[in-house]
Amino acid sequence: MSFPWAQQYKPATEFGQWMDDRLPIGRLVYNSLGAGYPTPRNLNYMWNFGSLAGVFLVVQIVTGIILAMHYAANADIAFDSVEHIMRDVNSGWMIRYAHANGASFFFIAIYLHIGRGLYYGSYKAPREMIWLLGVVIYLLAMATAFMGYVLPWGQMSFWGAKVITGLFEAIPLVGKPIQELLLGGFAPDNAALNRFFSLHYLLPFVIAGVIIMHIWALHIPGSSNPTGVSVKGKQDTVPFHPFYTAKDGWFVGLALIFFTAMMFFMPNALGHADNYIPANPLSTPAHIVPEWYFWPWYAILRAFTFDFLFVPAKLLGVLAMFSAILVWFFLPWLDRSPVRSGDYRPRFKKFFWFGLIPCIAILGYCGGAPAEEPFVMLSQLATAYYFAHFLIVLPLLSRIEKPEPLPNSITEAVTGKPLQQAS
Amino acid sequence: MASVDTAVEPNDSAVSEPEIGGVRRRDFINIAAVSFGGVGVVATVFPLVNQMNPSADVLALSSIEVDISAIERGQAIKTSWRKQPIFIRNLTAPEIEAANKVDVSGLRDPETLAERTQAGKENWLITLGVCTHLGCVPLGAAQGEVKGEFGGYFCPCHGSHYDTAGRTRKGPAPTNLEVPEYSFLTDTVVKIG
Repeated sequence: MSFPWAQQYKPATEFGQWMDDRLPIGRLVYNSLGAGYPTPRNLNYMWNFGSLAGVFLVVQIVTGIILAMHYAANADIAFDSVEHIMRDVNSGWMIRYAHANGASFFFIAIYLHIGRGLYYGSYKAPREMIWLLGVVIYLLAMATAFMGYVLPWGQMSFWGAKVITGLFEAIPLVGKPIQELLLGGFAPDNAALNRFFSLHYLLPFVIAGVIIMHIWALHIPGSSNPTGVSVKGKQDTVPFHPFYTAKDGWFVGLALIFFTAMMFFMPNALGHADNYIPANPLSTPAHIVPEWYFWPWYAILRAFTFDFLFVPAKLLGVLAMFSAILVWFFLPWLDRSPVRSGDYRPRFKKFFWFGLIPCIAILGYCGGAPAEEPFVMLSQLATAYYFAHFLIVLPLLSRIEKPEPLPNSITEAVTGKPLQQAS
Repeated sequence: MASVDTAVEPNDSAVSEPEIGGVRRRDFINIAAVSFGGVGVVATVFPLVNQMNPSADVLALSSIEVDISAIERGQAIKTSWRKQPIFIRNLTAPEIEAANKVDVSGLRDPETLAERTQAGKENWLITLGVCTHLGCVPLGAAQGEVKGEFGGYFCPCHGSHYDTAGRTRKGPAPTNLEVPEYSFLTDTVVKIG
C-alpha cells in the first residue's frame, strides 16, 4: 500500500516488539502518520487543511462531550441550561464559545480543503474514492452542524429547525408526512429537540469513522501534490514524520491563535443575536438566516422564485440546493482532463478563479442577505453559473483545453534540474 | 518525543549542524517547543477538568436557615442541605446523660457531646444524616424508626449503630456522624453552612 522505499517500522523496545506481534498499533501509526509514509516533497500550505479539520473535529468532540454533561435536551429547560453553562459552570462560557466557534473553524478548514481538491484536481484517478468519502464527510458535517445549532433552543434554533425540516415538505405527495416524521410533531418541540441532540452526539463519531476510511483510501495512491505529477521515485518524497508532522503542527498552532482570538475577543461575531431570545413558536425573527457556512446553499435555495414546467418553485429550490452538493459526487467523471493540477491548465485556471470562486462568494453573500433585490437576481445568475461550471464548463474544457507542459517529475519541478534516475 | 535524526536526501542542502558537547541547536528547539506545548496543554486541560467541579448555582445552595421552634424534646427532624439530609435532634435529659456517661477514650472516634454541640445548646444535636460508612441515611430521626442499640441512629445498609451524640459505636462506620458548620441566629433559628 505504500511506496517500496518507505521506511520500515522497527519496534525500539522489546515490549514494542511484543505488541507488534499481537496488536500492531504502533506500526499502523508509523505507516499512516509517521516516517513510514512517504509524502511528496513539494506540498504547499493548501495541504495543511486536512489535518487542521481533523484537529477541529477533535476540539468539537471534546468540548461537545463536556457541554453534554451540563446541557438538558428538554424544550422547557434547554435554553436555561445553556445560560447555566454560560454563567454557572466553571469555565462553561469558554467551553461553549470554543464549541460554537470551533464549528466555524472546522468549516473554514474543510472549505479550504475542498477548494484545494477542486483546484489541484485531487478528485481525479486514482483518488476518486478519497474525494467521494470527503463529500460524505461534508454532508455529515452539515447535518451535525445544523442539529447542533438547534440545541440552544433560541429563536434562530427553532426557526432554523422549522425551515430546514420544511425543505422536506416540498417533496410531492409524501413531503408532509416526512416532515412530521422528522420532527415527531407538527412543529419543532421536545421530540425534535431530543432526537437532534441524540444524533448531534452520534454523527461526529460517524464522521470520525468515515475520516478513517478517507485516510485509508488516501494511503493507497499516497497524497497528491501541487504539480499533479505522480511520485516517480524516492527523491520525490520525504517521510511524513518529521517533515509534515512538524509543518502540520506549526500550522495548527497558527490556526489556534486565530481560533482563540475569536473565542475570547469576538465570540459572538459569527452568531446571531436573535438566538439569545428563547424559542417562540408564535413569532418568526425578521431576518432569518442560517450560519455563514450554509449561506451559498441557502442562496441557491432562495434563487428559485418561479415555477418551471409544472414544478413548483419550492421543490425546484430544494432540488437545486441538494443537487449543488450532489454534483460533487460526479465531479471525477465530469472533469475528464488527464492533467490534475490547475497550475498547468490555463483555461481551467481562469474559470476557477474568475468563475467558480466569485460565483460561490456571491452566493455566500446573497445567502446571508435579505431575500430582496438585487440579491435574488444575483443569486439566480450565480446559481446558473455554478451548475454550468460543473456540468458544461468542466466537461468541455477537458476536450478543448491544451494544457501547459508538465514537469517530468516532482523533483524537477522543485529543483529545476532534470530527473536523474527514478527507482 | 519526536526524534529528528531522519536521514535527509543527500542532494538537499545538508542540515548537519556543528555539535557542541554533543548538543545540537535542534535539540534545544525540540525541548523548547515541547515544553511550550506542554504548558499550553496543561492550561487547556485544567478548565476542561475543572468544569466538573460544583458550579456556581450548586455552591449558592451552601447555606440554609431552619426554624427549630417546633421540635419538642426527644424529637428530631430531617431537612436537606446541599442535597444531603441533615438531622436536627432535640435531646432529652436522659439522652444527654447517656451520652456524657460514655468513656470517650474507648470510642473509635473519641469526641464528647460538648465537642459536638454548641455551649449552652447541648440539647441540639445537629449532624449530617449520612452514614460515615458508605453514605446511606441512618434510621432514628423519624418517630417509630429503629434507633439502634445505643438509642441514637441505626444505619440499615450495613448495620452501623450511633449513640445519642451521633457517635459511631458498633458496626463498620469509621467516624461519628459529621457535624456541619452551623450557628444559632436566634434561639429558634439555626443557619447551617
